[in-house]
Amino acid sequence: MSSILPPSRLWWKEPIAKTEWLWIGIAFVWGMIMFVMMIYWHIYGKQNLSNEAYKTSPEMFAAKAEKFIAENTIRTETDMDIPVVKVPPGGDGYLIARLWNWYPILELEKGQEYKIHLSSMDYNHGFSLQPVNINIQVIPGYEHVVKMTPTSTGTFAIVCNEYCGIGHHTMLGRIYVK
Amino acid sequence: MATTYRTCPSSGLQFEAHAEKLMRWNAVVAVLWLLVGGITAIGVIMTRWPAFKLLPPDQFYTILTAHGIDMLILWILFFEMAVLYFASSTLLRCRLAAPKVAWTGFWLMVVGGIMTNVAIFQGESSVMFTSYVPMQAAPHFYLGLILTAVGALLGCTVFFGTLVVAKRDKTYTGSIPMVTFGALTAAIIAVFTILSGAGILVPTFLWSVGLIKEVDAQLYRMVWWALGHSSQQINVAAHVSIWYLIPAIVIGAKPLSEKVSRGAFLLYILFLQLASAHHLLSDPGMSAEWKVLNTSYFMYFAVMASMIHGFTVPGAIEAAQRRKGFTNGLFEWLRKAPWGNPAFAGMFISLVSFGFLGGISGVVLGTEQINMLMHNTFYVPGHFHTTVVTGTTLAFMAVTYLLVPTLFRRKMIMPKLCQIQPYLFGIAMSITGLVMMGAGTLGVSRRHWDMAFSGAPFQYEWPGAAYLMMGMTGFFGVITIIGGGLWIFLVVGSLLFGEKLEAGSVSDKPTPIPAETPAAAASHHGSDHVGVPGTVVLVLALLVSFVLYYFVNWKYLSEVWLLS
Repeated sequence: MSSILPPSRLWWKEPIAKTEWLWIGIAFVWGMIMFVMMIYWHIYGKQNLSNEAYKTSPEMFAAKAEKFIAENTIRTETDMDIPVVKVPPGGDGYLIARLWNWYPILELEKGQEYKIHLSSMDYNHGFSLQPVNINIQVIPGYEHVVKMTPTSTGTFAIVCNEYCGIGHHTMLGRIYVK
Repeated sequence: MATTYRTCPSSGLQFEAHAEKLMRWNAVVAVLWLLVGGITAIGVIMTRWPAFKLLPPDQFYTILTAHGIDMLILWILFFEMAVLYFASSTLLRCRLAAPKVAWTGFWLMVVGGIMTNVAIFQGESSVMFTSYVPMQAAPHFYLGLILTAVGALLGCTVFFGTLVVAKRDKTYTGSIPMVTFGALTAAIIAVFTILSGAGILVPTFLWSVGLIKEVDAQLYRMVWWALGHSSQQINVAAHVSIWYLIPAIVIGAKPLSEKVSRGAFLLYILFLQLASAHHLLSDPGMSAEWKVLNTSYFMYFAVMASMIHGFTVPGAIEAAQRRKGFTNGLFEWLRKAPWGNPAFAGMFISLVSFGFLGGISGVVLGTEQINMLMHNTFYVPGHFHTTVVTGTTLAFMAVTYLLVPTLFRRKMIMPKLCQIQPYLFGIAMSITGLVMMGAGTLGVSRRHWDMAFSGAPFQYEWPGAAYLMMGMTGFFGVITIIGGGLWIFLVVGSLLFGEKLEAGSVSDKPTPIPAETPAAAASHHGSDHVGVPGTVVLVLALLVSFVLYYFVNWKYLSEVWLLS
């Protein structure tokens, strides 16, 4: 029956052609493969986003970050004196997202694992590490603890890729990997 | 309420007077919103084109907010109301239930749409389509959206009521047609969507006027996306219905199997709503288990449903063409398809672009871990411009070529230009989407005024290829806008100046759809089964592209820094 005319109720009894069954089977199996693939990657893959997150407040997070910066700053950069902070290998680093900068500059070592704490002081921000291309949402009121191990050295940019107002495009941060 | 029924002499479709007027008004307002959305598209594309960078940042973000709201909500929602009334009252040949309610809904949507746009263009509500809290828009930004949603909910209620009227008045026998079933799917998802929207927009509105102290930023994202993503799933159900509708009218196609196609729609109802998770995969607030289960629509059942439609829609076309005698080789049916008919051409380009570009990119983007490579990059708008634009908008444009002569009783002007339009728009938009995804793969951000970061304390230089992709996005984006503008010109031109067509006979009683005799029904099903080898080849090509592209992205992921 045409798609725009009512079929008689016999449609429910009508047999399904073999090719249609075959395609349904293929689609089902492919779906299962894709489903299992995500679980497989959690077990064997090396790029899984951390589940560790805490409720926080801008004041609490800023206090922790300031303590970390005070203890680990090795120098300052640019005429704005942005602190460059060496994160202890295997230790915790704090990165503040706020209108419109990433604070402070972090210095990491290749091959070491770090726990990077991310949170926002105001709006949503987007942690976009370039040119590696890792993108993580940063939300006010939530402290996200991401374990990351740099596999390359050099100077990396943190682009903000969640719209956060008129100065959004100036919100560029930096990570050094030695 | 007294009413009349007009039978269109060319199509045989029967229009009830109230439904007809509502369809016309909803369709016309939809086109006006598309016009506003199209004008804003110029500002967006010419600013993101690095060679031009047309607008200053404040105007860019204002225009981008308007573009999202006017296209994704207003153009599509008004058109969908027309589709709902068509799929119920017209296809079932019955009166529209409660036309006054339908008009109330229409005016609520008109007032709501204007209110939100006023808020945006006043400049204090450049919060993007998503309006993530705690960034705050003016109260009437949210209020306008709430009114629009209530209006749409009334439209859905009238649709459900009309199904009941048809059943009670016995204007048809058997089951509702496939297209109506698809529209029913869309309407059911719409109710879920609108209730989710109320669940978040009402508190956010109260927060904007100071009655609530705080809306949690993570909770907002979760509930808002039950509105934001599900509303796009309404569009999928609606445009898949149109994929069934157009070949049925143009070449007399019928579904390969009613059971399979309807089953696929049912899977949409059951699973599509989980896709709210697609937007939260790189968020802190949800566990990996939650993300895996929800992002995959509970083990990819809704993807399976779309893959089924991807088979049954071209399969129905192939079967109809083979019945007409185009049986040579694998693809004579496709070569000899009515490519000069803009309704058919638009529908087919919509199908191919949605399947190969929008569909595949969507599943890859929605894979929990792979999402980290693309979240909030230009890949995301690249993806949804090949679902919502080449999928939904192009399907709506295509069906309009059929609606202008039957519903508005005007002949399309400039038939040659009409023939070109779907190719121009569909192909240009597909290429635009593709290069947008290319730029996103290189990391370029979405919703970003300046990829050169002028005024930032540091410098970061995107790879040259990213600038090339953004330039191509600009170029093909402008061609897409020309293609869309051409459609508006042709449709509005035809409504105003097209040759008037005969109204056909008018009666004050509906003529019911003749019942099928059991013998005729039996011969329709079963005995005239036609094989569809060409479609098998097409879907295998889709599968191979899908599998390759999927695993290429896992390869990309394995090369980034280690994360755990």
